Amino acid sequence: MTPDRSAAGLITPVQNTWCPGCGNFSIQHMMRSAIAEISEEEGIPIEKFVFLGGIGCHGKLMDYLNVNSLYTIHGRSIPAATGIRLANRDLRVICHVGDGDIYAEGLDHLIFAAKRNTDITVIVHDNRVYGLTTGQYTPTSPTGFRGRSTPRGVAEQPMNPLEVMLAAGATHIARGYTRKTRHLKDIFKEAIMHRGFSFVDLLQICATYSNLTDYYDAHIYEMQDGDLDTGRFESALQKIREWDYDRDAPIAIGTFYSIERPLYEEGFSVPPSGLEERRGRVQRLVEGWR
Amino acid sequence: MSELMRGLNTMQEYSLLIGGKAGEGINTAGLSIAGLFSSLGYRVYMYFDYPSLIRGGHNFAIIRAADRPIGAHRTRVDVLLALDRKTIETHKERIDGKTTVIYDSSQVKEGMGYGLPLDDIIAEERASPITRNSAMLGALARVAGIDREILEDVLRAAVPEKHLDSNLRVAARGYSAVESVFSVKQLDAPALPVLTGNEAAGLGLVYGGLDTYVAYPMTPSSGVLHFLAGRAEDLGIRVIHPENEISVILMALGLAYTGERAAVGTSGGGFCLMTEGLSFAGMSEMPVTIVLSQRPGPSTGVPTYTAQSDLHFALNAGQGEFPRLVVAPGDPHEACAWSATALMLSWRYQVPAIILMDKTLAEGACSFDLDASTPPRDHEPLLEDGEGEYRRYRLTEDGVSPLAFPGMEGVTVKANSYAHDERGFTTEKAEEIRALQEKLLRKAGSLKAELEGYQTVKTYGAPDAARTIICWGSQKWVCIEAAAGVGARVVQPVVLAPFPVEAWSKAMAGAGEVVCVENNATGQVARLLREHGFDPGRSILKYDGRPFAVDELTARLEEVFV
Ligand SMILES: Cc1ncc(C[n+]2csc(CCOP(=O)(O)OP(=O)(O)O)c2C)c(N)n1
Ligand code: SF4
Repeated sequence: MTPDRSAAGLITPVQNTWCPGCGNFSIQHMMRSAIAEISEEEGIPIEKFVFLGGIGCHGKLMDYLNVNSLYTIHGRSIPAATGIRLANRDLRVICHVGDGDIYAEGLDHLIFAAKRNTDITVIVHDNRVYGLTTGQYTPTSPTGFRGRSTPRGVAEQPMNPLEVMLAAGATHIARGYTRKTRHLKDIFKEAIMHRGFSFVDLLQICATYSNLTDYYDAHIYEMQDGDLDTGRFESALQKIREWDYDRDAPIAIGTFYSIERPLYEEGFSVPPSGLEERRGRVQRLVEGWR
Repeated sequence: MSELMRGLNTMQEYSLLIGGKAGEGINTAGLSIAGLFSSLGYRVYMYFDYPSLIRGGHNFAIIRAADRPIGAHRTRVDVLLALDRKTIETHKERIDGKTTVIYDSSQVKEGMGYGLPLDDIIAEERASPITRNSAMLGALARVAGIDREILEDVLRAAVPEKHLDSNLRVAARGYSAVESVFSVKQLDAPALPVLTGNEAAGLGLVYGGLDTYVAYPMTPSSGVLHFLAGRAEDLGIRVIHPENEISVILMALGLAYTGERAAVGTSGGGFCLMTEGLSFAGMSEMPVTIVLSQRPGPSTGVPTYTAQSDLHFALNAGQGEFPRLVVAPGDPHEACAWSATALMLSWRYQVPAIILMDKTLAEGACSFDLDASTPPRDHEPLLEDGEGEYRRYRLTEDGVSPLAFPGMEGVTVKANSYAHDERGFTTEKAEEIRALQEKLLRKAGSLKAELEGYQTVKTYGAPDAARTIICWGSQKWVCIEAAAGVGARVVQPVVLAPFPVEAWSKAMAGAGEVVCVENNATGQVARLLREHGFDPGRSILKYDGRPFAVDELTARLEEVFV
């Protein structure tokens, strides 16, 4: 039986447990459409896609889509994704991570993946709160954010992850918003098709702990052609700094930066298969020792 | 003196020590000395001792050569090669009336023995300071009555072409500066290569089918990383050094999920960081092989010295309950064979495998015979046959589910760190959680049954001896030699998890008086034996970062066996 690989066919029978109104629903739908369309347009079979999840509400996507998946541990999906790409360069590897997951627990891996330019896509479900552990602050929560672990308000400033990623060497940097669904799908498709490390910070509504719908609707705008030069570091940086995740400012969504650089995995020769051959090599090495 | 001791004393054997400052190439010089004796058909063993600094301090290597397999050092030496005064001062207890001392007279003013003016020699030969070692090697060859051609052959094998000439000239100066004291006979045995435990483990992994080795540097496991990285092209493997140990094990699991056989290497501190990945491997049933090389802890401990103090950490690391394979090879031959076996079994049973080494074994070197080290059995992973809908965690009788990898047509592979059902979907249902846990336990049982066909427990010496020495890992050879001195036999568990209860009972039948020898402070293998209902007898422990010397252990055994 050939499995149903249409967008609708990618849904699993697993019962969905996200809160009503959660931004994860639009991510799920648009990601599903994005890969179904890429599959159709580029002739890439669905079997060639691999999703990775961290731990958090975002990770449940692993259960909801009928795609190869590795549901990893908190903050650690990126090194696993790197391993997957190294082992098989035909695969499209997409990490779905949370902002607590990847900016707190897994920041080192994120920075190194950008530095390496391994060909994976990282989609951060940035709801600016810990959803699954019931409402603590994250590295992108605004100053003064009152979470369950910071009842008097966070004293730290949020980080601007786009700026961190630009500095770290990411070759594709974008931002989306879960209520701009069509735009979202295009952002996904572009990031997945980018050759190299691509990064999307997705401003996500958390209906339960951080519902910024009104704020986002009032501030977010879609970048237009000519708003910036996505091939230039300085131009991207300027745009990335327009909003710092803290003060009131217009919030641009779209692609900030996109360049080409050699891929990490190209630096390794692909190992020859065959146990017997490998053993012959061991034998020869010992025979001609030093 | 016992019959056995007299027998031992008639055997051919030599002990040599070379010492100097870190940065003077003592390790390489030691390996060249080992090569010299190896080329005459001797079996050699080298112990290398060095503090955690890059220049200065005191480094030394003790090389033993014998006409039979050995794997430990003795305190006394026949020849002491001193590149500085500290070497003579530090090793006074190793010298007796029969010891020949050769020293650098530009460093040591009034020494006894042969003084070589190394500063003058290298100035006159216009050679680099590192060639001092060649002068020492030359002098040693002459003292030991070894032909000059053999000396030159060893240098040719060890020294890069462009430095060869100056090394040969300097070696010749050393050779002619001294006289022959004794005469080392050529033996009728093949010249075996000299490998460290780290190199042997690396070769074993490749032999077992390794595709990628991933590691973050940490002494004493770095030797595996350096060796495999240096030979990656020759061996047809990939070697990766990522940002930290957390990344190391996660990358390895990503490779495994995609169908590549990966191994990682580390020491205690790095293994601490890997434990979350280890549990993930346990739950998601992804194979990974971990070379865990022990050094004294806790924490940073003593980085360049030795200990056997992470056994229970290796056995129990990670949250939850899942099966694992833990093996502790006792020498480079076992390190090679069991690394290959561990890698294959980790894939066959989809469990993490830990190869428990220590500094003594990892960085110690000995004569290596690949044919004597091949693993007992080949294993291939269980692969999906393509019939019906694929379920990554299909419930089977032996607990092992067939593997498929992403990219295969018509197959969706869902691996999961959460409790999951057969298809890999997250579950919190009581009966599914129970079924999953029981599947893991069934796998543990299958692995245990598999291991019944292996030599999981080894015994050495007279089977009817009334005394038994228990040891594990790198203490194997020192115990075998010391046992001969006190009329005991030796029992060595090679597999520590799943513990081979039956093989152990059999090996210990009629054990008589029992002593457990370990390089730790609390008797970790003794504790493991007690947990399984066995009496480990009394413990002889050493926990100063140094391995036992044969004579030292013999004396300790004589105190205990009265
Ligand atoms: C090592 C570890 N520490 C802590 C946790 C508990 N934990 C689960 S989800 C989570 C935070 C999730 O927040 P985020 O990444 O923002 O994801 P969201 O739930 O908002 O999608 C934490 C701290 C864990 N699972 N593992
Ligand atoms: S807590 Fe927030 S992120 Fe999690 S499911 Fe509910 S709305 Fe979505």
